[in-house]
Amino acid sequence: MATTEEIRTGLAEIVNEVAGIPTEDIQLDKSFTDDLDVDSLSMVEVVVAAEEKFSVKIPDDEVKNLKTVGDAVAYIERSQG
Amino acid sequence: MSTKVVITGLGATTPLGGDVASTWDGLLSGRTNAQVLTDEAFADLPARIAAPAAVDPGEVLSRVEARKLDRYEQFAMVAAREAWKDSGLADADVPGERIAVSLGSGIGGLISMLNVYDTLRTKGPRHVTPYTIPMIMPNGGAAWVGLDIGARASVQTPVAACASGNEAIRHGLDLIRSGKADVAVVGGAEAAIHPLPMAAFGAMMALSRRNDDPQHASRPFDKARDGFLLGEGGAVMVLESAEHAERRGARVYAEVAGAGASADGHHIVQPDPEGKGNAFAMREALTNARLAPHEVIHINAHATSTPAGDVAEAVGIRAVFGEAAQNVVVTAPKGALGHLLGAAGVAESIATVLALYHRVVPPTINLDNLDDEVGLDVAVEPRKLPEGQLAAINNSFGFGGHNLVIAFRTV
Repeated sequence: MATTEEIRTGLAEIVNEVAGIPTEDIQLDKSFTDDLDVDSLSMVEVVVAAEEKFSVKIPDDEVKNLKTVGDAVAYIERSQG
Repeated sequence: MSTKVVITGLGATTPLGGDVASTWDGLLSGRTNAQVLTDEAFADLPARIAAPAAVDPGEVLSRVEARKLDRYEQFAMVAAREAWKDSGLADADVPGERIAVSLGSGIGGLISMLNVYDTLRTKGPRHVTPYTIPMIMPNGGAAWVGLDIGARASVQTPVAACASGNEAIRHGLDLIRSGKADVAVVGGAEAAIHPLPMAAFGAMMALSRRNDDPQHASRPFDKARDGFLLGEGGAVMVLESAEHAERRGARVYAEVAGAGASADGHHIVQPDPEGKGNAFAMREALTNARLAPHEVIHINAHATSTPAGDVAEAVGIRAVFGEAAQNVVVTAPKGALGHLLGAAGVAESIATVLALYHRVVPPTINLDNLDDEVGLDVAVEPRKLPEGQLAAINNSFGFGGHNLVIAFRTV
């Protein structure tokens, strides 16, 4: 079971890979679209990579609710439970 | 009097080099990047040789850009950025509504399509990247380039197999002449060095099978030619109305004097041995450019090194130019470059423009014994051109019977 910080770090690596944003800028309060240059297509890539990395399922309907890094970390944390 | 159109920017990434300067140097010095493809995926193919790009476009673009683009789109982007920078338009504050893009490809995003299909079969639909469609749509390269430079007048994609690049130049010329745009970024790009297209071109008997001697495989107009050598890359020109270029004090390489187009109406891939279709396109380009045959000093030939195609082109040239053909210096750059398919027209038009600009024609390499049926003065060493106003044409012909000819003039 990954901790909140481990999930944030893992997610930061994924966002860095997809959008090229430095990992240290990928903090819980950042918006994917407004702050991190992750558009709707790139968000699909982030979600699929996160599912694989954390062994969770993130349904398509849920993706629109994941506006910030914190939203995504919290969702992954709950799904692991 | 129609609007005069000039060339103010050049960009290319080819088997000879990652930019225009290194490509031009490679052409002048008669280099080639032809090599045996050692990956085992090519092992059983009848033709296992090609001329890969000298510089991997994925190394030039940022990692994030590269992963969203098919390799042919990467080539388009690299060449377009060089041409755009070269033109000086990045700092000229031209409204996007006055900038057009016309950029084509012969095959498009085929390699991405095959790769994604492998992913679909092995990992399932969830792992199909959402960038798949922009990678495989034929207009993808033009669209990415248009986005990158902020073009809003129009962004279009001519598809005419190996003549796609020259179709793009013709299209850009028309867009500026008609007043639709002041600037047209025109180009072609191709990335097809992959076992599937290699097997398919091989099945057509179109490729050279000189697997034991790749550097001498592409030999346009030579008696011992046996097919073309596949290359890859991208090439882009910035066209601009002469008035617009003059107003901003731009450096001008040459004038795009005119264009001609025709269709063979003969066979889906075989050239018309009488050269009627290619002659028709050459005549139209001369008329469109208000040039008499004797005013043309140089022809950059399409000549791909196939037995039928090279002679059909020579027959067409002799029919159009008559006795004046003997005063024309012909060169066939595919000996050095290989065949860049959809990028060939613009890459070789750049060579034609630079021949006028620097007043030297690059040599045709591997031409040891001129085919008796050619009957033209084909340069095998760099050939100096005289001073004064000069004109040249670039020929590009494509599977499907497309013939596209562009005429250039010194300024």
